[in-house]
Amino acid sequence: MRVAVIQFPGSNADFDALHALTSVMGAQAHYVFYREPDLGPVDAVVIPGGFSFGDYLRAGALARFSPVIGAVEKFARAGGPVLGICNGFQVLTEMGLLPGALAKNAHQRFECRSVFTRVEGTGILDRTLARGDVLRLPVAHADGRYMCDEATRSVLEGEGRVALRYCTEDGADATSYPDNPNGSMGAIAGIYNEQRNVLGMMPHPERACETLLGNDQGRRVLEALLGYRKGSA
Amino acid sequence: MTAATSGNGSAGETNFAGDRQVNEALAREMGLSAEEWARTLETLGRLPTYTELGVVSVMWSEHCSYKSSRKHLARLPTEGPQVVQGPGENAGAVDLGDGWCAVFKMESHNHPSYIEPFQGAATGVGGILRDVFTMGARPVASLNSLRFGRPDHPKTPELLRGVVAGIAHYGNCIGVPMVGGELQFDPSYDGNILVNAFTVGLSRQDGLFFGKATGVGNSVLYVGARTGRDGIHGATMASAEFSDDVEQQLPTVQVGDPFMEKLLLEGCLEIFASDCLEGVQDMGAAGLTSSSVEMADRGGTGIRLNMDAIPRRTRALTPYEMLLSESQERMLMVAKPGREQEVLDICEKWQLDACVIGEVTDTGRFECVATPGLDPFSGSETNHKATQQTVVDLPIALLTSAAPKYDRPHTLASTTRAPRPAPADAAAPESYLLDLLASPNVGSRAWVWHQYDHIVRDGTVLGPEQSDAAVIRLFCGEGPDAPRKYIAISADCDGRKVALHPRQGAAMAVAECTRNVVCSGAKPLGLTDCLNFGNPENPWVMGQFKEAIEGLAEACLALDAPVVSGNVSLYNDTNGAPILPTPTVAVVGQLEDVSHRLTLGFQSTGDSIALLGGGARTLEGSEWWAQHGDAEKNADAHKENGTWVDLGFDLELETRLQNLVLQAARTQLLRSAHDVSTGGMAVCLAECCEAGGLGAEVTLPGQSDALTRWYGEDPSRVVVSTDATKRAALESLAKEHNVPLTWIGTVGGDALSLDGTAAVSLGDIARARASALTSIVGV
Repeated sequence: MRVAVIQFPGSNADFDALHALTSVMGAQAHYVFYREPDLGPVDAVVIPGGFSFGDYLRAGALARFSPVIGAVEKFARAGGPVLGICNGFQVLTEMGLLPGALAKNAHQRFECRSVFTRVEGTGILDRTLARGDVLRLPVAHADGRYMCDEATRSVLEGEGRVALRYCTEDGADATSYPDNPNGSMGAIAGIYNEQRNVLGMMPHPERACETLLGNDQGRRVLEALLGYRKGSA
Repeated sequence: MTAATSGNGSAGETNFAGDRQVNEALAREMGLSAEEWARTLETLGRLPTYTELGVVSVMWSEHCSYKSSRKHLARLPTEGPQVVQGPGENAGAVDLGDGWCAVFKMESHNHPSYIEPFQGAATGVGGILRDVFTMGARPVASLNSLRFGRPDHPKTPELLRGVVAGIAHYGNCIGVPMVGGELQFDPSYDGNILVNAFTVGLSRQDGLFFGKATGVGNSVLYVGARTGRDGIHGATMASAEFSDDVEQQLPTVQVGDPFMEKLLLEGCLEIFASDCLEGVQDMGAAGLTSSSVEMADRGGTGIRLNMDAIPRRTRALTPYEMLLSESQERMLMVAKPGREQEVLDICEKWQLDACVIGEVTDTGRFECVATPGLDPFSGSETNHKATQQTVVDLPIALLTSAAPKYDRPHTLASTTRAPRPAPADAAAPESYLLDLLASPNVGSRAWVWHQYDHIVRDGTVLGPEQSDAAVIRLFCGEGPDAPRKYIAISADCDGRKVALHPRQGAAMAVAECTRNVVCSGAKPLGLTDCLNFGNPENPWVMGQFKEAIEGLAEACLALDAPVVSGNVSLYNDTNGAPILPTPTVAVVGQLEDVSHRLTLGFQSTGDSIALLGGGARTLEGSEWWAQHGDAEKNADAHKENGTWVDLGFDLELETRLQNLVLQAARTQLLRSAHDVSTGGMAVCLAECCEAGGLGAEVTLPGQSDALTRWYGEDPSRVVVSTDATKRAALESLAKEHNVPLTWIGTVGGDALSLDGTAAVSLGDIARARASALTSIVGV
């Protein structure tokens, strides 16, 4: 399994993704610099966390004009699995591969800590996770408050495209802070595209793959990505 | 560069817009004393130019010259087999084995952070990161040590919010985890907060870079952000007391751009790897001036700069402004012969401005030439016809080795008294516990560290509030099979203790810091310091400084933690009132094996709890005393009477204790370890309980009264827990190390019981701790 980890100026969880994919999961992964017009032969793409282009203008807004974006879009439209984590999720919404937007956290501060998320919907994660599974994962973002218009939201909910939702430790709905760390609409933490091969999520699974770091529940997310086959969702 | 050779010789009168008449009044305005002005005239044998006067005043500022502290700093131990690089470079380095080293430093950004908390703190983080990556190291973790005024001071909430948000803004964006630190509130910081930032990086020992301008004729390159007017005379501002007009100093504060710094970091590491540099230094305090002068000084050379070539971001900058600007995210590099283009190519990849601005000379002088009226933004051709003038022509030595050095008068206390006894009319000990846990000086710091990305780079094995020190995994090399090493880092100082007895209090700061590192399972390797004091022209403050240095030196020697880098911040006064003497230290240690790591929380019901070290003998200087014992009045009394208080610190016992804990960690005799510090034994136990989610029943024997036993903050004490089968082995190890061991209780239940009294529930402990900062800043 060959994975491209996209590297923008200002990406900073690119190392985390590469480390988790190679050292922990045993996959072949390599950086692809934002100026590259092609991805080369790869089976999956990860858009990592960070502050691409300093998050200037809006988080992810400038990254979408990078040469590599066309190649990512092509790869996704052809059904290849794409995982956008944190800033990667923001880039995916700016590119239009995923609907909605990530606004500033409700409390206006950056927030880094463990949260609980509940697996829902149908898509990439189905390979290793079942609906209702609860994952403890870290978040680390200032702009993670998912928002979209009502019509989009009913499509996402109706079609089972909400992939992850913030919840309590026992899986109940997150009704307020701190269970919902950023004030996301419907406590949405991650969503799929219509084809279910593109997943954007604010929590960081690549930082939760080792017991040495106190949490290995993110492995199941990366396993799902690495095990994804076109059309399997 | 060619233009730089066409100056018109020695500097004299120049004519640049904004230049002012050079005289003693102007020199005084720029911070020089009457003697320093006379010395300048005598050395030069002529009037300095306006630009030269700016250069001299900033290089002779306390911040750049260490003129009041240098004499005393020489007392600090800086050598040891583990030291790879000692003080004098951008950062120090210690050996991690197999050709790798940890590169680290701590630095203050106190004055700017009070004037503008967000940018002041943010650029403090940016500055310390550059100090570390300038050495060729990739930054792997940061800490910060913060001091604010009393919690109910009207400015405290905004200062705390601003500083934490500024640190978060910069550190999170650049992607270096902020894994811990410390935070204290005291009225002495009401008008002068402290922001001390620490960063550690990883480098090959043979991959270190130094700030040396060597090779006559080599090109000097400017890399990074363009120069603006921000931070002009920042170093001078940081070398003066505050008065009531502090807001007017706003233009001296720099503005940071962490995205630019991230590009600069990646670009620099790539340039270093290509081996095309002779030397490199970041433009920190006093910007282009100090970086050029210090590089030439270390290289034993001279530097000539063509000011016309400096990249700018604003109109009509004068040479004076460009030389004194503290615009952030800029580096000065000296390329190997013929390798300039490689540097420029890598800069292009990372979208960094870069150009040749001068050359290394053999003159031993700092020379700058500029064309009057030249402004690249003006669009006018006419001004290019003007002739370049020499605006600076100064001997390097005048700005470095021949800068003023003072042996300031100091006052030592005339008497040292025993600590005061606990008040006889105090209530039962357990009744104070929840109030103490809710104190901003004691309770949870989660409101702060939740705003920091403390896990980026997948190296944070133990982060904030998990262990007494943060434990970081280092990837030594590229690829999935790169060997790993593990370091532990902590930053500490309790200014209250230093005020009571500067020598013992400073030694206790070192001891607490190495103790914290040991309590995480690591052996201390080296130390960096950030010496924050008041006005050195006040003999009482100078006495504190001198004695604190002696204390640091004694403890660093005894605990084998040589000083490899550091920073001095004086003039931390507002309207004549100094801060608590605050010699903050940070220590880097290494774990032999990651399985030796220890957390502070109790692990398992039924485990035995032991106190290693002696009992508490005094409450004075404690948080309890601050809340109930009229600490402010006592502190004033010490000053008036010239009295210090014997805190009874026993450095030999401390050394034996730390050896014991390290040995116990390495032989895996312990389930947890936590040193007794702010708040005393009761607070220490409550923290062990909350972190582990388990209660405990503890009885504390000892000769002191109950209040002192539970809330005294005497040093050299560690609370450990162990599985009952290992009690005998731990006892014999303690005996071997000649350290008192007392079994004081058992882990279990959902409450903490002190001396068999009514227990305090885990829920109440958690609620009290959680309220400590939110009571100031809201949820």
